[in-house]
Amino acid sequence: MIDRRQFFQALGGGLAIFIAREEAPAQQQALPQEIDAWLHIGKDGAITVSTGKVEMGQGARTELTQVVAEELRAPVASITMVMGDTDLTPFDGGTAGSQTTPRMVPQLRKAAATAREMLLDLAAEKWGVDRAALVVSGGKVADPKAGRSAGFGELAEGRKLLKIIDASVPLTPPEQWKVAGTPLAKVNARNIVTGRHRYPSDITRPGMLHGKVLRPAAFGALLVSLDASAAEAMEGVKVVRDGDFAAVAAPTPQAAERAVAALKAEWKTTPQPNRAELFDYLKKNMQGRANPNERGSVEKALAEADTRLRETYTVAYIAHAPLEPRAAVAEWNDGKLTVWTGTQRPFGVRNELMAAFSLPQDRVRVLMPDTGSGYGGKHMGDAAIEAARLARAAGKPVKVVWTRQEEFSWAYFRPAGVIEVASGVRKDGIITAWEFTNYNSGGAGLQIAYDIPNYRIAFQPARSPLRQGSYRALAATANHFARETHIDELAHAAGMDALEFRLKNTQDPRFRAVLEAAAARFGWGKTKPAPGHGFGIAAGWEKGGYVATCVEVAARPGANPKIERVVEAFECGAIINPDNLKNQIEGAILMGLGGALFEAIDFADGRILNARFSRYRVPRFSDVPPIETVMLDRKDLPSAGAGECPIVGIAPAIGNAIFAATGTRLRSLPLVLKGSA
Amino acid sequence: MAMKLELQVNGIWRSVAAEPGSMLLSVLRDQLDLTGTKYGCGEGQCGACTVLVDGQPVRSCITRAEAVAGKSVTTIEGLERDGRLHPLQEAFLGAGAMQCGYCTAGMIVEGVALLRSNSDPNETQIKQGLEGHICRCGTYPRIVAAVRMASLAMREARHD
Ligand code: FES
Ligand code: FES
Repeated sequence: MIDRRQFFQALGGGLAIFIAREEAPAQQQALPQEIDAWLHIGKDGAITVSTGKVEMGQGARTELTQVVAEELRAPVASITMVMGDTDLTPFDGGTAGSQTTPRMVPQLRKAAATAREMLLDLAAEKWGVDRAALVVSGGKVADPKAGRSAGFGELAEGRKLLKIIDASVPLTPPEQWKVAGTPLAKVNARNIVTGRHRYPSDITRPGMLHGKVLRPAAFGALLVSLDASAAEAMEGVKVVRDGDFAAVAAPTPQAAERAVAALKAEWKTTPQPNRAELFDYLKKNMQGRANPNERGSVEKALAEADTRLRETYTVAYIAHAPLEPRAAVAEWNDGKLTVWTGTQRPFGVRNELMAAFSLPQDRVRVLMPDTGSGYGGKHMGDAAIEAARLARAAGKPVKVVWTRQEEFSWAYFRPAGVIEVASGVRKDGIITAWEFTNYNSGGAGLQIAYDIPNYRIAFQPARSPLRQGSYRALAATANHFARETHIDELAHAAGMDALEFRLKNTQDPRFRAVLEAAAARFGWGKTKPAPGHGFGIAAGWEKGGYVATCVEVAARPGANPKIERVVEAFECGAIINPDNLKNQIEGAILMGLGGALFEAIDFADGRILNARFSRYRVPRFSDVPPIETVMLDRKDLPSAGAGECPIVGIAPAIGNAIFAATGTRLRSLPLVLKGSA
Repeated sequence: MAMKLELQVNGIWRSVAAEPGSMLLSVLRDQLDLTGTKYGCGEGQCGACTVLVDGQPVRSCITRAEAVAGKSVTTIEGLERDGRLHPLQEAFLGAGAMQCGYCTAGMIVEGVALLRSNSDPNETQIKQGLEGHICRCGTYPRIVAAVRMASLAMREARHD
């Protein structure tokens, strides 16, 4: 809840606009209990905007700055975004699911526009003129006729005005955008290229110790006994044991490593499933019941179809492997816990800390400095809790930075899955039946964008042998892989061109538009692949965006085919920052390439066998094919997020191209041709 | 016990007490608070920790502190001169060659060394030179473009 006095004490006087969580009744003057964001203009003209969203490289800080600059007609440099600090920013459920753009952008546009209108009123009142005669630009309100102007700061000075956003305030239509819609450079890029920006793992506190956790011998292992005497005898070392948790804090990282190595632990392990039995295991260990989404009669349609197809697809567990591993610095002061950590859910981590230490909300603060990425992998507060436990025991701030091996082993993975598809197609190429069951990997991206009269689509949860969680686009990568591979197989069975077949089966204009755009840029149907080469296409929709991907591969004896080129068309409504969007699309394609061709977590006996970059290959410079992106700017549609959708097309497009080049159909991710090294 | 070492860091002689087995990366980050150099893997696989030792790029996560005694170390913080960025830093800004930026310091430091040994690298040479670096965000095409841009700018500046 907002306290007016505290708010202005913290920020100085000025104007403040709040975005209420619930739409407030028109006449209500009281401040809302719950807000989503706020915007403040101080007497120096500085504009501060606060949102619980966080920046992990996806460009939210820049794009949100742009839309505020646009509506407020203020210089970008005058705007500061305060993000991801649970004491300063409004509650937020987490930066995930591509929700920042569709949810936060419209709100901040309205907040900035409300502020702009307020400033106009203040200037009109100050000069005793009609507000229609005034113009706002460059952080000033001007009265061109009288030849005078006043900066925002001057107008805000001496005021303490609070207002709730006006939902009906006029917004600048995207066709008239001057700052939004342009390729503004990342706002804090200079601090990055100079090494000045402090990521969570770079935070230091006075007197800080370094923490290290004793990791169990295997997943699910119980700590039977611990002899900590040798570690405790080391100078300045503090050992903490609490149930199966054992960890040390020491004055230097080296001392912490020595101390943790000196802990003598006995673990009780239980048998754990191995990778070789994974897919069987998932099907044998269903949990709960699938809740299918059905239309028509799949059985009847399958029976009547001219061609039927039934195939199974699998996807491996893969790791997010953000380059900055999990890290946290925790500090206790008079019973209040402050933690700096890299997380997509600062408020979620605050809740985890409140629960772990039985603290009320106002005794925990979580700060999230712009972080070395997440890709859906940094939702949980493990490192934060570890650092806080150690800091409490040691009576000093403690930093915990996971090693790469810890990151690969003790974080969570993109779920593995088995997907079964049965389908039927008529002689004329119309798909009539579609049965699709995803075991374990998740329900995102299950729904089809093809017009199929009879379908049954289901997600069947299962017990996962490994800890699994959110990933860029969640299960949409797996579901698109299975669906778009299967569609390709159907096209082949129906003797139709893969693009023509898709277009024949969808009327969705946005879906068709990306397919046509990608195909046109690629030259689909216009050129023939060279001998040994193959073309593949795949398309999808997810989180309000539409994507189509075309790939050319060249077969290589004894190796996986080489990716010759990638063309991807993407549409996510009105584009806020074309440069950032292109960056996100390219990045998603390249990340998707890893999952398509070589990423897979290997595990046995409750341990990860390839928990290092030397054993878990991620895309590198030499893997990068020429990439062309086609961005369709739909100024008439609301902007959608772009961190996820562009990843879903690449894997099936590669698989389909491999089939075209070699005649071998691959139905497992990663795609590995038999006999390739 | 900790061992006293003298090394020159970004032009300034520093004396540090390095613990046995400690790596240059930890000396820079934990003792000198030069946190621009990053940890990404600790096994020489990702390049995030790259610094120059006597002008040569090294992986500071696997370089023992005592091995750099008496030597000169340049980190990302040492590339800016009198408030002026190195042309490659400028080029990274110009090309928008980052997302989260966590790999950026290592890429720039390696790129600076690459441009010193080859003032006009082509795309293949740039990719080869940077192959040991991971950008998990996948900004590789922009990083290649940034090195090309810097190479051009540096050659033009020389001809002025
Ligand atoms: S941290 Fe040194 S190479 Fe990865
Ligand atoms: S920009 Fe994130 S790792 Fe390169």
